[in-house]
Amino acid sequence: MKTWQCVVCGFIYDEAKGLPEDGIQAGTRWEDIPADWSCPDCGVAKADFEMVEAVAA
Amino acid sequence: MDPIVIIGSGLAGYTVAREFRKLEPAASLVVVSRDEASSYSKPMLSNALAAGKGAAQIANATAAQMAEQLKARVLAGAEAASIDTAGRVLQLGGDAIRYSKLVLALGADPISVPIDGDAAADVLQVNDLAGYARFRAAIEGRKRIALLGAGLIGCEFANDLAAAGYGVEVIDPAPRPLGRLLPEVAATRVRAALEAVGVRWHFGTAASAVSRTASGLRIALANGDEIEADVVLSAIGLRPRTQLAQRAGLKTSRGIVTDRFLQTSAPEVYALGDCAEVEGRVLPFVMPIMQAARALARTLAGAPTPVIYPAMPVVVKTPAMPAVVCPPPAMAGAWRVIEDAAGVEALYEEEAGRLTGFALVGAACVRKNALANALQPD
Ligand SMILES: Cc1cc2nc3c(=O)[nH]c(=O)nc-3n(C[C@H](O)[C@H](O)[C@H](O)COP(=O)(O)OP(=O)(O)OC[C@H]3O[C@@H](n4cnc5c(N)ncnc54)[C@H](O)[C@@H]3O)c2cc1C
Ligand SMILES: [Zn+2]
Repeated sequence: MKTWQCVVCGFIYDEAKGLPEDGIQAGTRWEDIPADWSCPDCGVAKADFEMVEAVAA
Repeated sequence: MDPIVIIGSGLAGYTVAREFRKLEPAASLVVVSRDEASSYSKPMLSNALAAGKGAAQIANATAAQMAEQLKARVLAGAEAASIDTAGRVLQLGGDAIRYSKLVLALGADPISVPIDGDAAADVLQVNDLAGYARFRAAIEGRKRIALLGAGLIGCEFANDLAAAGYGVEVIDPAPRPLGRLLPEVAATRVRAALEAVGVRWHFGTAASAVSRTASGLRIALANGDEIEADVVLSAIGLRPRTQLAQRAGLKTSRGIVTDRFLQTSAPEVYALGDCAEVEGRVLPFVMPIMQAARALARTLAGAPTPVIYPAMPVVVKTPAMPAVVCPPPAMAGAWRVIEDAAGVEALYEEEAGRLTGFALVGAACVRKNALANALQPD
């Protein structure tokens, strides 16, 4: 399972945890998140996320 | 009790509202905005064109949807005219609203420099959704764009326009792009990469006049050169909106002055975002706004919380040559540069090699998180 980070605001999407409050189940892989999904904190597009090797502090 | 009133429906205003709601599900909340109060992500304005997104796709919720989500009253098209801080009353044209606490999230105005010529009034600026919609309408079916300003936003627009097939000429009095953010070697890489995708630079000079010709616009430069374009976009910088606060007698300097608790000089009045100067610093970027909004939400909910900024790298959205910068809080040291063909890593160090900021270009951008973690919160 990987983690992805919003490059604009730093929000982290963790595939293992998903985003149940957004209707995204735990374990949902990044590529399965719809392309029109946007950052829950700052609203930028899915394209503005990048993979992070380790969860940032 | 009177409601908490937030003026402004940008990222700052809506984020405070959302964070506050997580803490206080029932307290009464009002968001006042002179625009349409739709929720949108402003950073997308400078990379939406090549991605094929228009203003309508950038907006992610209407005022009515936000009101429902936030369980708040959202007053769109309502301009705050004055504040009576002693009586705790906000004047909106005809209406008046009493507040228990007031949050100023007013944003900033684009700076416009005086320009001569019969088309000076046609120079466009993009600092909100409406401005973006006007810009998109203006460039529709056109080919040549002149950009005033080679800072962060100017460079992002230059890259986006070039990637979408436009001819782009950028004018800036500085000797290179991103002069205030990047050390010279790093800026030179961005300059070359944007040039390679077709951007033409005019450094060390400024636009003095914009006039109409038979086929478009002519921009006269101070150095005597002339540029032909269809549309001129100005991205010179921003000035915090302080007028409303000033009229209410609040302390202002570059922005609306606050302490670490985002508290202004008036009781129960707070400020954050592009309009605020928090302990001497104006930080008009998303990450500091998120930090401030979370701290302020706690304060509004009754637990006074100072804002603490972690390292906050800003990504320059220039896909032709990606860059990341974490500006040092004070210029008391020097850049140490490591470069190779694929990128530049510039470390800003104070005495004893202490890292206080960094700038990364190209392949070196992968070092962003490692370096951000090496910086101390402040
Ligand atoms: C093109 C562009 C690209 C950017 N890219 C990035 C990026 O990649 N990363 C990053 O970190 N930052 C970026 N930024 C900066 C970031 O977007 C801003 O710092 C942030 O969006 C500012 O939010 P705000 O809520 O403070 O201000 P605004 O979004 O400007 O909101 C101000 C609100 O106040 C309202 N208002 C003002 N005066 C009144 C009044 N008198 N009465 C009622 N309402 C009033 C306005 O209508 C508006 O709703 C970018 C900025 C621009 C312009
Ligand atoms: Zn985000």
